[in-house]
Amino acid sequence: MSVRSTARSMRAMLRIGFLDAIAYRGETIVWMLSTTMPLVMFLLWSAAADGKPIGRYGAGELHSYFLAAFVVRQLGGSWAAWQINMEVRDGTLGMRLLRPVNPLVHYAIEQAAHVPVRAFFSMPVALLFFALDPLIHAPKEPLMLVLFPISVLGAWALSFLMNVIVGALAFFIEQSVKLMDVYTALFFVFSGYMVPLDLFPEPVRVVLDYLPFRYQMGLSVELLTGALSPGTALRLVAQQWVMVALVTLSAHAVFRRGVRHFEAYGG
Amino acid sequence: MRTLATLKAQVRLSVTTSLQYRADFLVDGAVELFWIAAAIYPLVVVFDRTESLGGWSFDAALVVAGIFAILQGVMEGLISPSLTGLVEQVRKGTFDFVLVKPVDSQLFVSFSKVQPWRCINALVGLGIIVRSLYRIGYLPSAYDLFAAAVALTASVAFLYAFWLVAASTAFYVIRIDNITYLFSSVLDAARWPRSVFRGVMRLVFTFVIPLALMTSYPAEALLGRLDGATLWASAAAGVVALVVSRLLWKRAVNHYASASS
Repeated sequence: MSVRSTARSMRAMLRIGFLDAIAYRGETIVWMLSTTMPLVMFLLWSAAADGKPIGRYGAGELHSYFLAAFVVRQLGGSWAAWQINMEVRDGTLGMRLLRPVNPLVHYAIEQAAHVPVRAFFSMPVALLFFALDPLIHAPKEPLMLVLFPISVLGAWALSFLMNVIVGALAFFIEQSVKLMDVYTALFFVFSGYMVPLDLFPEPVRVVLDYLPFRYQMGLSVELLTGALSPGTALRLVAQQWVMVALVTLSAHAVFRRGVRHFEAYGG
Repeated sequence: MRTLATLKAQVRLSVTTSLQYRADFLVDGAVELFWIAAAIYPLVVVFDRTESLGGWSFDAALVVAGIFAILQGVMEGLISPSLTGLVEQVRKGTFDFVLVKPVDSQLFVSFSKVQPWRCINALVGLGIIVRSLYRIGYLPSAYDLFAAAVALTASVAFLYAFWLVAASTAFYVIRIDNITYLFSSVLDAARWPRSVFRGVMRLVFTFVIPLALMTSYPAEALLGRLDGATLWASAAAGVVALVVSRLLWKRAVNHYASASS
């Protein structure tokens, strides 16, 4: 396939994914509204801080932190596991395999097309909070503003790929969505979504540096709230992308093995 | 009397159905335990840094978390499966078969699907409560237990009424599968003691969506801190919620246009 026709088919796939997201905009809005966890956690931490700051988190830091967490969740979240799981079970995956595109690329493009629609609905909400809440401060350093989008892209890629890996387990076991639940629970606790990571005890933090969770959420939030020094920020973003590369390889491997399994049934 | 017999048969049937899926029990149970642990861990981190959360100690806050787990178990085991089923019936038009039955449609729908496995949450919640009360060193009196039972019943009534109203919207808007998801994520705010809510949030979560009361009142009752007036007010509010949801349900059913019409 020539480069030109590849580019053309990619554009078409993006467009289809985008139109799909617009067609089900009601659902997109409901999903956005159900992202209540940052608010719920914010209430808990604010009550705990009550006057005296916890760690480095005073009232202002907590406001900024959980608003940033909401933004990162909206932009960097992916829910591909459910789709893959369903397509493996009902066999529609077969249709996808027939196409002359790598199915993972196809999934990625479809999922990525949903992000602008989610941003369209959620960013005004975030900006409103940002404008109205005097305690929330914007990041001052330009470097962080450059690194933030890169880290969100990385966060999205990691979320998507972990979804692929767990979703692809549907080839081998029946309950892969349940496993995704377990992964999501771990993500909620250890990514910085419920608890800012620097409030964890030291040994836990060291381990978390080697797991994907932080790079799916906490890193971007820390960049946006200016919690990291330039050196650390650069190092962590580099680590994030190494993680993305590793997880890409494993997702590819798992999916390929899975497809072989799938074909074995004559699907 | 006949209604009661029908209900009994129905519950037995749905329990038998779900007993077929025993493997689900293990997986579901494991996942639920995991989620409960995930929900409690932030409290551990919070209380690592502070002694009290607006007057609630760690163990008292755990009593609230335990009540939350019980409510979740009741919701996921008894309430939500049936009403999620209703949404699907309305969409497909098979709700017709419910209406032609000579039983009250609301009762019939509400108990059409029971998932006893889900009650594992409730058991774990109970365990957490017992352990916390033991650590606090407070033995609830008979009156405390009675008050907690009343308060908990009122919470379940609220929960059920909200679910019924949410599910009734299916008669107006057809695609609301994820409304149920929205609902459970709003409920997430009930995990913490009510002292967490301040200002506007306190008003919203007390009077608009009484999440703050659903878990905190039963917990306070168990700890012997709930005064009688509040208890009876919440019980009355529970009854009102049931009546209102019943009226809204009737209106919604009148709005139902079946598959063929």
